[in-house]
Amino acid sequence: MENKRVSPVRRFFAIRGMASAMIAFAALIVIYVAFGFKAPNMFSKANILNLLRSMSKYLIIGVGQSYLLITGNIDLSIGAVVAMSAMISATLMSTGTGILLSALIALVCCLIVGVINGFLVGKCKLPPFIATLGTMFVARGIGYMVNGNRNTNAISSGIGKEAADGFQNFFYYGKTLGVYNTFLVAVVIFIVFFFLLSKTRTGRHIYAIGSNVDAAKLSGVNVFLTTTKAYMVSAFCAFAVGLILCAQAGMGNMEAGNMYEMYGVAAGVIGGVSPLGGTGLLLGTFAGAAVWQTLENGLNMIGAQVGLQRIVIGVIVVFSVLLDVVVRNGALAKRRNK
Amino acid sequence: MGDIIVSMEHICKSFPGVKALDDVHFELRSGEVMALLGENGAGKSTLMKILSGVYTRDSGEMEIFGVPHGDLSPKQAQELGVAIIHQELNMCRHLSVAQNMFLGREKVKMAVLSNREMEAEARRILNELRIDIDPRQVVGELPVSKQQMVEIAKALSTDAKVLIMDEPTSSLTSREIDDLFRIIRELKAKGCGIVYISHRLEELQYIVDRVTIMRDGQHVTDVNFADTTMDEIISNMVGREIKEKFPRTESHRGECVFEVQNLNAGRMVRDINFKLYEGEIVGFAGLMGAGRTETTRAIFGVDPKESGTILLEGKEIKIRNVNDAIKAGIVLAPEDRKKDGLCTKLSIRQNIALPNLDLVCNKLGVINHGKENEICDKAVEDLMIKTPSVDVDAATLSGGNQQKVVVAKWLARDSKVVMFDEPTRGIDIAAKVEIYHLMNKLKAQGIAVMFVSSEMSEVMGIADRIIVMCDGRITGELVAQEATQEQILTLATRFENKVTAAANEEE
Repeated sequence: MENKRVSPVRRFFAIRGMASAMIAFAALIVIYVAFGFKAPNMFSKANILNLLRSMSKYLIIGVGQSYLLITGNIDLSIGAVVAMSAMISATLMSTGTGILLSALIALVCCLIVGVINGFLVGKCKLPPFIATLGTMFVARGIGYMVNGNRNTNAISSGIGKEAADGFQNFFYYGKTLGVYNTFLVAVVIFIVFFFLLSKTRTGRHIYAIGSNVDAAKLSGVNVFLTTTKAYMVSAFCAFAVGLILCAQAGMGNMEAGNMYEMYGVAAGVIGGVSPLGGTGLLLGTFAGAAVWQTLENGLNMIGAQVGLQRIVIGVIVVFSVLLDVVVRNGALAKRRNK
Repeated sequence: MGDIIVSMEHICKSFPGVKALDDVHFELRSGEVMALLGENGAGKSTLMKILSGVYTRDSGEMEIFGVPHGDLSPKQAQELGVAIIHQELNMCRHLSVAQNMFLGREKVKMAVLSNREMEAEARRILNELRIDIDPRQVVGELPVSKQQMVEIAKALSTDAKVLIMDEPTSSLTSREIDDLFRIIRELKAKGCGIVYISHRLEELQYIVDRVTIMRDGQHVTDVNFADTTMDEIISNMVGREIKEKFPRTESHRGECVFEVQNLNAGRMVRDINFKLYEGEIVGFAGLMGAGRTETTRAIFGVDPKESGTILLEGKEIKIRNVNDAIKAGIVLAPEDRKKDGLCTKLSIRQNIALPNLDLVCNKLGVINHGKENEICDKAVEDLMIKTPSVDVDAATLSGGNQQKVVVAKWLARDSKVVMFDEPTRGIDIAAKVEIYHLMNKLKAQGIAVMFVSSEMSEVMGIADRIIVMCDGRITGELVAQEATQEQILTLATRFENKVTAAANEEE
């Protein structure tokens, strides 16, 4: 049985989810160029750098949410955990705790939420929508209470100006090799989780339980553990975004991360991650986050109102899934008629 | 016969409300094929799920290779060399063949998956079994029969010494069944013990050495296959003699009720022409994937038609969607009960009422519960559906009773044409006979009955006329009482020449 020779291009597109991801990249280029014609500033170096920095948050959140979407679940608590991360670390820093220790404490708290989510969904078999709705409120509430229902003072008031500047530079204002550090942080997180998802056993199990949880279980996959790992990934991502928002504002804001869980869904879905589980590539999520940010950026540039921005983005999300459905049905029909 | 490799004694297992296994005894020796037989709900699958670690037993002893074992997990059972091929396909359809075969025991190097190694290993196993599938292919894109072969390959790839097959042939074509039997014989020669669960008793003679029969969660007997007869096996399974496996009634063929002319719908339905007369049952025979299911779906308005005319009582009717078909009196009891036939989370009452809501609702769309109950009670009584109440979930019924509910949905209406798609798949003999009686009853009422079945003996035993399909076309028509298996098979394998040419090209 000799294998048929297939061209590398076709092999590339035969990777499940690759076609959707590439469509998202193509859409990104079209959108970017189209806005560029209207507002040539789009192409300026400063704008590109800004764009990359702004999309970092969506990229990280999108990675986290994509992990859950691929397992066929969802994490509604991401946005609230972002706020928790920002508030806990900012409160500690503004009262004089060191940066590393503050971040570490925030990380542990965020991961606990992830573990609880995994326990409720993977062990207690709660519908993920309900379980994470609950943890969303709880995490948001904790974010409020950390500093007594107030936003925090400037972090520099606690750890000193120099340390605060260092922190803010690392996560927001600073550049390395001409690119904002924020984007580099996002890319590192992206690469790590890309690797975890596509090259490791855990990643394979994440796809498997999203595709057919019973088959996975009967093949010896530990569904509880895998689900929990996925929720911990999204909690980690939320933690990272919380730090970025904290660095950006120089303080902790209780409303940070509002609606981010949905931005994560949007980024994933635009990039072809199936909300039904089993398919999707983080490469697509990357494109999805970029599409999202480019739209926001472009609409801003041409002076569109915020309301219009939301409408356009909503239409794009629905349209991209619709496209996916149409393409898939078309492919099915084609196979049937072959 | 070799040594005893599996021995289970006094196994009990209860599920809420049912005692699934009651003091069951089971033995398997190396190098033998053991058929585990019994009606649906007899506890065969439950027993094997305990052996393979899917369920845990309530009490009893279990020895595998002479070592006593307590509760097993699927993974532990796998490591002991016990592999099971489940009745329902259990594949991750988004993953590739190789990924599925190694799911849960992926090969890794330094925490990184070694895909190449797993693919090569998968290819080696598939080649060894002479299964022609690319390990990189995504499972969801394979036809069901190939998926089944992948499942078998997956089980074998674990180096199983005890292999349990739960209805492995239900979705295989006859050529693939031959392949499977060849594989089973090879495994047997290597000293593996194989447990073979099947409702298709006619298969047993080709491979089986011994038979264990269960009934109502209890062990009835185990015997050498050579020392028993089919009739003995059946009466042991059922607990009573079944007088007639195929109760045929005389046909009084009347007017032509229904005619399909030049129907085309996709590749699997090409230029279909046939007529149905009142008072007769027409069986549609053919191999898996011959286009019979697709034909029923196109007629019923589920799938779009490309061309063709449908005549009901001589008048042309247009069926654009399912509603048109139902209104005209053409109904379909689909192939996959759980997927297409029933809303398993709704009660029997709700299921039966669903297609008849137009009859039980008033003009404002409010359901008249009196009428609903009337219809449901009548259906349950007419079809002898065994259920504590019409308000239990459809999912709780046995396969045979579920099938009756699927049928019951349609009998409340005055249907003129009833299409059954594999009405007896996966249900036990007694329930099958009841379904046959039901078809006969419809026939006696002058309803045109069309039924699709892959079980040749059933088509020959029940139908008055047999239409054979192959590759999306009708290849012949036979009068049932004169038809032979060879004739049907010849027609069922009459592929078009270009298909063979294409197959050669692929190689």
